[in-house]
Amino acid sequence: MKPAAAVVFATAVLGATAIAAEIPLADRKSGYEYMGRETRAMQDDDTANPGMLWVLDGEALWNRKEGAAAKSCADCHGDARASMKGVAARYPAFSTERGRPVNLEQRINICRAEQQQSTPLPFESKELLALAAYVGRQSRGMPIEIADDERTKPFLQAGRELFTQRQGQLNLSCAQCHDDNWGQKLAGAVIPQGHPTGYPLYRLEWQALGSLQRRLRNCLFGMRAVSYPSGAPEYVDLELYLMWRARGMPIETPAVRP
Amino acid sequence: MARALINAPAKAKRGDIIEIKTLISHNMETGFRPDNTGKAVPRDIITDFICKYNGQEIFRAELFPAIAANPFLTFYTVATESGTLSFEWTGDNGFTATESVDITVE
Ligand code: HEC
Repeated sequence: MKPAAAVVFATAVLGATAIAAEIPLADRKSGYEYMGRETRAMQDDDTANPGMLWVLDGEALWNRKEGAAAKSCADCHGDARASMKGVAARYPAFSTERGRPVNLEQRINICRAEQQQSTPLPFESKELLALAAYVGRQSRGMPIEIADDERTKPFLQAGRELFTQRQGQLNLSCAQCHDDNWGQKLAGAVIPQGHPTGYPLYRLEWQALGSLQRRLRNCLFGMRAVSYPSGAPEYVDLELYLMWRARGMPIETPAVRP
Repeated sequence: MARALINAPAKAKRGDIIEIKTLISHNMETGFRPDNTGKAVPRDIITDFICKYNGQEIFRAELFPAIAANPFLTFYTVATESGTLSFEWTGDNGFTATESVDITVE
């Protein structure tokens, strides 16, 4: 968007809106519902969904022995279809090792470092995305269920504050688009409600699978705000708030988005 | 080897028109994209795809840089006899991948 157009947009659409109000639970919609017929068909068919290529890679990694412990994920967790069912639906979750919530990728890396005694996988690496997609796939169709955990409450609140706080050169908050103006158009694209139901997901624009943090970085960039380093606590707090905001909605991993 | 997903019916009636879908993991680097230093990333794409039905070529495609990453190709054929559908992708830098699936025709 050109700078002038952005300013007009900011004042005309957002300036008129008062305070962000949370979307009533019954009105929530996955980004899936805003997609075209062809893109939806791509997500729905496991042999057309490119995200499944990462799931297959993840399955191979799940069974591969790694690190000084020479153990595979399967050696401890067995069949992922049983042991990982529903796990992705409740992350980020509190980690006693870290004393704060961790997201699924971080949880996988804790096992990688401490259980397999290997080097943690870099964020956004093909291998970490593949494992997260494989673990996430085991929760497909299951409702997001963020635990009502006293220990994570302050982090959820911090995430909510980040979501509603204006930031960047455009001086916008996440909530101004995703709570107040979902369903409206930003340039040619419909503004979705911003529910993280399908991550890691395959974006046609990326031509690859990417994490929720990559998506958040895209948005911060669009707001011309400073983004955080991968794995930063701010992202995890935001993820936690977003997952709580999407509670009850079904997991779509690996989803497809334009 | 590159991951590939094939969707073809395991069973068909003789004379049926069947749909075959293939998806393969590949970056399809166009050769036009600059890297961080401004130099073009060298082209690295799949250039050819061939499907054979019991050894006989039934479908062939040439691929070019404008084709998206992880190419998805779908096409149709007539189920004539039981046997094997084989798939072969070849490309830059010696890329090759093969897959096959069996089909029973009654
Ligand atoms: C040596 C055994 C061992 C290995 C190897 C191992 N893990 Fe774990 N994993 C554990 C233990 C123990 C826990 C913690 C259980 C708890 O605290 O509730 C755990 C927890 C997890 C969780 C969180 C589960 C939940 O319910 O919240 C995930 C996800 C996970 N592991 C994934 C992996 C992946 C992926 C790999 C391979 C890269 C792996 N693990 C390798 C032992 C292992």
